[in-house]
Amino acid sequence: MSMLESKEITKVFGAKTAVDHVTLQLDAGHVYAMLGPNGSGKTTWMKMAAGLCKPTGGEIRFQGEPVSIESRKHVAYMSTEPYFYSWMTVRDVGVYYSDFFQDYSAERYRQLLQRMELTEDLKTRALSSGMMAKLKIAVTLARDAQVYMLDEPFNGIDLLARDEIRACILEAASEDKLMLLSSHLVEEMEAIADCAVFIREGKLIECVDLDTMRTEMGVSMTDRYRQIYGHAGEVQA
Amino acid sequence: MQYDANIPIWLQVMTMLQTDIATGQRPPGEKLPSGRDLALSCSINPNTAARVYQELEKTGLCVTRRGLGTFVTEDTARIARLREELARQAVAQFVKTVKELGISPQEALRMVTEEENE
Repeated sequence: MSMLESKEITKVFGAKTAVDHVTLQLDAGHVYAMLGPNGSGKTTWMKMAAGLCKPTGGEIRFQGEPVSIESRKHVAYMSTEPYFYSWMTVRDVGVYYSDFFQDYSAERYRQLLQRMELTEDLKTRALSSGMMAKLKIAVTLARDAQVYMLDEPFNGIDLLARDEIRACILEAASEDKLMLLSSHLVEEMEAIADCAVFIREGKLIECVDLDTMRTEMGVSMTDRYRQIYGHAGEVQA
Repeated sequence: MQYDANIPIWLQVMTMLQTDIATGQRPPGEKLPSGRDLALSCSINPNTAARVYQELEKTGLCVTRRGLGTFVTEDTARIARLREELARQAVAQFVKTVKELGISPQEALRMVTEEENE
């Protein structure tokens, strides 16, 4: 049984079909890179998997059961946009999380803040966009969840902090957990992801094992990205 | 470590470990990091790290003892063979490059001797 499984899942917003009959199985023990240009449906798929928006059609399951309030206890989702109140300090953000999630660890949060070079007395409204991005990662990874979905974890973050984030992601990854990352900084994920999910215009193009792809096709994830989305969008097999 | 994203990552990390074993930086019988520690220290996926050890084991360069971890082989003849394999790969690459430059093997050998004596 897959940890996360979507069957023919579809989401329509008015005239726009954001996710179009996507059937996808994601297993524990892997770090998946979810790739696609802006507006290809990555975030919408993740939000449905997190139980934050309902599919128009099809279904999505977490450990065999439909995604629900119950599954949210085990799924840690980090959205691209910040979602903290401006009056909160970094410490308050931790308290806010501890109220919501039983798997949240204050100890882990403190460790992660230290590594991200953030202090607890900082006001969230005073944070730069890079600091806010690091805060979101720290508080998300402070949960001991079974699924981590990080939407754009490298956005707006400097080179050295990106190294630290990669290390934190690898530490959180394990045989019984599933990690799903979306990023436009494809190169950042080459070595830490072992599988890639390519999505275009709401449709699944392919889900591949990266080292197998490198061996069989001699291409990197970045090359494959260009093949799929470049050249006016013609898929090159 | 920077990786060439076109080449399987496990292969690159395995080559790095092979070099360490061939040069004696990781001596026969030495305990190797756990798969997890290898993943963290090399910033690679844990499955990739596991693959590295599987492949090293297949070629007899390391052994996994249940519950104890993975160790460099104590078979020094095997390590000597590895050293030769790696040297031959380096030579093959060298020969290919000088050939592309249109330099004869004799000329190249003379240059090697000169470089040695500098």
